[in-house]
Amino acid sequence: MYTPRISSMTLAIAAAVALMGCSQKEEPKAAAPAAAPAPAAAPAAPAPKPEITVKIGHVAPLTGPQAHLGKDNENAARMAIDELNTKGIEIGGAKVKLELVPEDDQADPKQGTIVAQKLVDAKVNGVVGHLNSGTTIPASKLYFDAGIPQISGSATNPKYTQQGFATAFRVMANDVQQGKVLGEYAAKQMAGKTVAIIDDRTAYGQGLADEFEKGAIAAGAKIATREFTNDKATDFAAILTKIKSKKADVIFYGGMDAQGGPMTKQMKSLGIKAKFLTGDGGCTPEYIKLAGAASEGQYCSLPGVPLEQMPGGKAFNDAFSAKYGQIQLYAPYVYDAVMVMVDSMKRANSAEPAKYLPEIGKTDYQGVTAKIQFDEKGDLKGGAISLYQVKDGKWEYRETVAGAPAAPAAEAPKAEGEKK
Amino acid sequence: MDIFVQQIINGLVLGSIYALVALGYTMVYGIMGLINFAHGEVVMIGAMVALFVIKALPGLPAFVTIPLALAAAAGVCMAVGFTIERVAYRPLRRAPKLAPLITAIGVSIILQNLAMLIWGRNYHAFPPILPTSDHEIFGATITSLQVVIIVVAAVMMAGLTLLVQRTRLGRAMRATSENPPIAQLMGVNINQIISATFVIGSALAAVAGLMVSANYSIAHYYMGFMLGLKAFTAAVLGGIGNLAGAMLGGLLLGIIEALGAGYIGDLTGGFLGSHYQDIFAFFVLIGVLIFRPSGLIGERVAERA
Repeated sequence: MYTPRISSMTLAIAAAVALMGCSQKEEPKAAAPAAAPAPAAAPAAPAPKPEITVKIGHVAPLTGPQAHLGKDNENAARMAIDELNTKGIEIGGAKVKLELVPEDDQADPKQGTIVAQKLVDAKVNGVVGHLNSGTTIPASKLYFDAGIPQISGSATNPKYTQQGFATAFRVMANDVQQGKVLGEYAAKQMAGKTVAIIDDRTAYGQGLADEFEKGAIAAGAKIATREFTNDKATDFAAILTKIKSKKADVIFYGGMDAQGGPMTKQMKSLGIKAKFLTGDGGCTPEYIKLAGAASEGQYCSLPGVPLEQMPGGKAFNDAFSAKYGQIQLYAPYVYDAVMVMVDSMKRANSAEPAKYLPEIGKTDYQGVTAKIQFDEKGDLKGGAISLYQVKDGKWEYRETVAGAPAAPAAEAPKAEGEKK
Repeated sequence: MDIFVQQIINGLVLGSIYALVALGYTMVYGIMGLINFAHGEVVMIGAMVALFVIKALPGLPAFVTIPLALAAAAGVCMAVGFTIERVAYRPLRRAPKLAPLITAIGVSIILQNLAMLIWGRNYHAFPPILPTSDHEIFGATITSLQVVIIVVAAVMMAGLTLLVQRTRLGRAMRATSENPPIAQLMGVNINQIISATFVIGSALAAVAGLMVSANYSIAHYYMGFMLGLKAFTAAVLGGIGNLAGAMLGGLLLGIIEALGAGYIGDLTGGFLGSHYQDIFAFFVLIGVLIFRPSGLIGERVAERA
């Protein structure tokens, strides 16, 4: 009874391993466009109100350390689409049914391009996403080549719109502004004479840290040291110890909350008295959960202005929280992105990418995060940056620094920092 | 200079965890000649179970929930270890060494994905029930938790050594690892001993898992992969198949990593930054395999699969 049935056993396991693939997380890619390449678009014939299906792709990391943020984005996109479908919209005389095509890019640039190609092949009418700058930028080339408009609600790296792609847009201020504001804030309001900078070497984290460094130096701070980690790390003892020896007043982290939280906690365990500052990636309730008591008194920034200060902001927050729970981070922006996309389609009377793309640039839409207008590069006009501090276990609004002038002030990308 | 002590302490904490996990690798290798790549995942399972037990019992003091969580985690891990051995490795006991190796990788992937299905893909935060007081020692800071980790790891290692050297079970284990057929002739029930080895290793893994998630205040389905790889490196460094080697290798690897990550920026003039922290483990692995495959205090040559 002990005859090793090696061949069949090994074959079976080998087959299983091969299926799972080397890239571990070959997880069920949610609803891969099962509807196959039925390109909706094309407002069909006149007469009986034809029904067309407009497919909007959405990409975000649904697995991995940022899964909570990705799911948050997807929920917002879904909410926008459900709202629009319930309201019933018409484009070019045809009744429209919006369909969300969600994809998971695992915050991995390689996976991002694969998924982008998938969406392009499925001939979606537009893409909202991706979440990370690191995946958005490579994917934007694919969308540009296919002429599919892309609006991101969270990619803040400047390069995204500097590539000259007519299809690239974003509904929040970029890191040039954010980094500058953060740098000045660290040097002035946080009284940071020596600043240590850590980044996670992703397009986003590195980009933001670079801009921060420029801003901090310009505002008179000294940079104690620059350290690096990655977006999957959990142990920061080594780099924090080094920073401790340099006696920095402020530690800035360019990266996401999945690292920022544990990093803050380990900072406190090592007895580091410096204050912690991070960008929009860390401005989440998850950060507070992960850092625990150590999060008290730390700072973050988020493009825009708090949700409560925007018209429609509170209503959005209530509706979203009722359906999907607390807003994690970028939900309001993604919601706006979907709305802007559909609004542009309406104005162009067509859901065809080629036809409504020019209309996006002419958008003048009052979203829940800001009055949305795009400049010629695709950036949001007049983005403002708000700063928050953790008080009693939640993010509390401190102040807003207006970004580039030119557009009406109340650009209020909502800060989610919502309370439990 | 004052960060040197701190880095050493960081290294000791890291090393204690590596040592505990490496023990599991080394015991299984010593007895079966098999590298159980799924061991890292067992650690992860221990961490997740412990975390969720603690989360399910809010309001109770730490000294009640921690032992409960530990017991639950150990129980689950032991069951998992036992099952892996019965289902995946026992049928392959007479197979060429490559087959169980691949199987181990397969089991590792299965466990990771099972964990993802059960506990989701998010990072889970460890509930803040542990005291966060820290102490100053020689100019470095160490938290109570880290002290506990080092002490508990030391105690468990001592306990395991005692078990292996002074008890009947330990004698049987040593006999099996020396020569299974002869041990069988001497009346040792090989199957039982092998199962016991897996179960003990898994129990240690559960403790290690709880420590890791408490120390980094985070647990997720993928945390076992890198940890397992490094613990394996630690076992090889010390001499795989050798208990003392695993402990030594673990501590040493932890310290190497901590010092390396801390000083690499200075050493290379900024060319390599601290995000290359992980490479030390692998440089060590490559170096050991090339120059001293039997490890620092290994008694036998590591068999190539």
